[in-house]
Amino acid sequence: MTTKTVERVDTVTIRFAGDSGDGMQLTGNRFTSVTARVGNDLATLPDFPAEIRAPAGSLPGVSGFQLHFADHDILTPGDQPDVLVAMNPAALKTNLPDLVPGGTLIVNSDAFTKANLKKARYDSNPLEDGSLDGYRVYQVPLTSLTVKALEDSPLSSKDKQRAKNMFALGLMSWMYSRPTEPTERWLREKFSRSPDLAEANITAFRAGWAFGETTEVFSHAYEVPPAKLPSGRYRQITGNLAISYGLIAAAERAGLPLFLGGYPITPASDILHELARHKNFGVRTFQAEDEIAGVGAALGAAFAGSLAATATSGPGVVLKGETIGLATSVELPLLIIDIQRGGPSTGLPTKTEQSDLLLAMFGRNGDAPLPVVAAATPGDCFDVAIEAARIALKYRTPVLVLSDGYLANGAEPWRLPQIDELPDLRPLVNFATEPNHDGEFWPFLRDPETLARPWAIPGTPGLEHRIGGLEKADGPGNISYDPANHHRMTELRAAKIARIAADIPALTVDDPTGDARVLVLGWGSTFGPIAAAVRRVRARGLAVARAHLRHLNPFPANTGEVLSRYERIVVPEMNMGQLRQLIRAHYLVDARGYNRVAGLPFTSKELEQAIVAHIEEIDR
Amino acid sequence: MTDTETHPRQLTRKDFASDQEVRWCPGCGDYAILANVQGVLPDLGIPRENIVFVSGIGCASRFPYYMNTYGFHSIHGRAPAIATGISATRPDLKVFVITGDGDALSIGGNHLIHAMRRNANLTIVLFNNQIYGLTKGQYSPTSELGKITKSTPMGSLDYPFNPVSVALGAEATFVARSIDNERQHLAEMVERAARHEGTSFIEVYQNCNIFNDGAFDAIRGNPANQIRLEHGRPIRFGADLERGVVLNPDATLSIVDVAEVGEENLLVHDAHREDPGLAFLLARLSHTPNGPTPIGLFRQVQRPVYGLEMQRQIDEAVARRGRGDLAALITGGDTWEVS
Repeated sequence: MTTKTVERVDTVTIRFAGDSGDGMQLTGNRFTSVTARVGNDLATLPDFPAEIRAPAGSLPGVSGFQLHFADHDILTPGDQPDVLVAMNPAALKTNLPDLVPGGTLIVNSDAFTKANLKKARYDSNPLEDGSLDGYRVYQVPLTSLTVKALEDSPLSSKDKQRAKNMFALGLMSWMYSRPTEPTERWLREKFSRSPDLAEANITAFRAGWAFGETTEVFSHAYEVPPAKLPSGRYRQITGNLAISYGLIAAAERAGLPLFLGGYPITPASDILHELARHKNFGVRTFQAEDEIAGVGAALGAAFAGSLAATATSGPGVVLKGETIGLATSVELPLLIIDIQRGGPSTGLPTKTEQSDLLLAMFGRNGDAPLPVVAAATPGDCFDVAIEAARIALKYRTPVLVLSDGYLANGAEPWRLPQIDELPDLRPLVNFATEPNHDGEFWPFLRDPETLARPWAIPGTPGLEHRIGGLEKADGPGNISYDPANHHRMTELRAAKIARIAADIPALTVDDPTGDARVLVLGWGSTFGPIAAAVRRVRARGLAVARAHLRHLNPFPANTGEVLSRYERIVVPEMNMGQLRQLIRAHYLVDARGYNRVAGLPFTSKELEQAIVAHIEEIDR
Repeated sequence: MTDTETHPRQLTRKDFASDQEVRWCPGCGDYAILANVQGVLPDLGIPRENIVFVSGIGCASRFPYYMNTYGFHSIHGRAPAIATGISATRPDLKVFVITGDGDALSIGGNHLIHAMRRNANLTIVLFNNQIYGLTKGQYSPTSELGKITKSTPMGSLDYPFNPVSVALGAEATFVARSIDNERQHLAEMVERAARHEGTSFIEVYQNCNIFNDGAFDAIRGNPANQIRLEHGRPIRFGADLERGVVLNPDATLSIVDVAEVGEENLLVHDAHREDPGLAFLLARLSHTPNGPTPIGLFRQVQRPVYGLEMQRQIDEAVARRGRGDLAALITGGDTWEVS
């Protein structure tokens, strides 16, 4: 522990920024892990370029990791960092505009060379020209201090320099009173095959901590006490990890083997990577030749009796559309997970957006409705995966699960669920074993309550049957071109999905005073920013209501009634108004949008302003 | 419970025919292939419920509807992918893929080659009629150069695929060719393919009497032009086996008169060579079936089977780490308690 004065603060937002080769994501993740252990509530926002290694020192090559942590529950990774660690001039230039006025700036002064300043398009050195006067600036020669600390290490000079991110992490760990032991243990594990690297990184980390402790530059350290979260055991989790665990949990709770067919795509690949590690759960992962084969194999696995899923991003969903349509036609359970990113086309592969909602709803030929569910937070991805599996199994339908780049890579503390309290999906599997119609097996004879068809898997004697994408006769399931039958089957497929509305929770409204006139309606990852913005609006003494849609198709049964209670519906979305369009079409309400697609989550401040403007407008 | 279930009896061809009316054009070569496959299945000794036919889109792809087994008529070109998902998760099933030249080699080319390179446990039967039938007569990726069709009134410009070359290029572990109306030969190829472990690929020359009638007449009605490949035998053909195939020093093949060259100098067919090179040369003897054309088994080798390997990794993981424990998994390493 430090011997210097420790000042208590209740919330801090730190951003680490550097070259994409500087290890900023690793540094940020490590700081997050120890912060979680301290018991703070937290939210993270990794923000990195699509290029693996853009030219060193260049503006497009800057990679950032923002972490917001507090002694109370928080909802967003922070609008603006209070502390910016800038590893080079390019990182300073691209991130300084976000730093709060008077904020703390820690710069690697070694990196402010003429060449680097030029690459960052600085005409003069900002460390010398007075342009940083409004901030609390700490110039730390991170590179040379790291190299000096490692003078006894056998590593090459280049490798020594690369350890500077651990020096920075050590310094920040000192400054915010984070424990050092877990990081040292983690470094030993990570570099267990290369003890020299492990030692060097630990030495750099300790040197950074000691630098804070011993130099006069830093007068005192800070401390953020643990947050008062609901009781239970917690861990830190990202959205992609939570979805992976959710899929395994769903398969376990259904008593089915899990199959994931996928193709590498940002930001969904981590789901494939994660599931590939858990073969001892009987998980089969299939890296296909393309997105189409990924979902095709998954549909085949579903036909053969697996809980089958495919994970991708928008461009992959487009390619999979035909097979998803086939899945709606043959009515088999299938999970399609879309980790949305900026579009159209290749768009912004590493940036978040929620612009695939209408694709999820309608991206197939013909009338091909399917359920759509969306996760609100990284931890919620776990529950959403299980909920999607529940719907898919119960109603024998493909289900589209929407997450996004922000949820996928962002982390938060997650209260571990009790396994035996997870939904029991076994009764929903219910494979057919016997003929169901006068000694025959009719694959499209529906359950009168759910309208689901029987799931008879190959290997079941006596239930041999054929399915396909051609229209099927209602009941027997043989090919039918009969016009009346086609109309009836189209209606049945739609009715089956519509009935799910009665099987999902009602839309709840957060309206503490009950006299709000404006309702803010959100879906997906805008949950956090909207909730934080609503707090800020209420802190001004204004009334505003908030509701969040997890089920986007069908909508909860009471949605129309909820909307009718408010004079103005505001729908903030990281797209140009896709939910707003659906809401207007379904409920004939004049929903207003707040829409921005900047590749980053909304700040609570911008949403606060937008909400207040609506309140003022109708109060006028 | 019926008598047949308590006392399994030998199944017959009829047991494999579904109650659906077959709707191919009268005279289509598909009828002969359907009857042939239905005739072979009882000999395999596999229960009906453990057999799955998967198809794409096209005339051939209606095939599963006529089989009294499990079946999946899927989407254009994607049958190998869907079938791979079935066979990878259910090694206990016998999975057939029924496809055509457009389905397998045009829209589905990618899936076809990748299924074969993986050696998924699939028997792929490609009905090659060198035309798009279901869409009424456009040229296909196996149509001969210069083919005049509705979509190519001045003749097609694209050089055709030789399906056996493609399969060998993808290093399929079983590659054969047969002809729709060569009943015995086709039955033998289907049975051997079905018994192969891994991907077995059979190209079947199939006459489309409506849009491309007579495309294979050079060999279909003409056994003298059929070079029947038999493992371990010198490659001879002709009405009196008077012609043969020799391997030239420049690594090409030639067709020769056996009387001139001597039988001892003929190429002896080796279907089980690891290297697919010689099989590829044989496939090139006739790029399109207009002259003497090899039929039979080009290649059969053993390689680990995809679905079984997947199962092996699962078994290994369970043996090494124990059956997965969900609570332990989600708890992970770093947790903390909030009270």
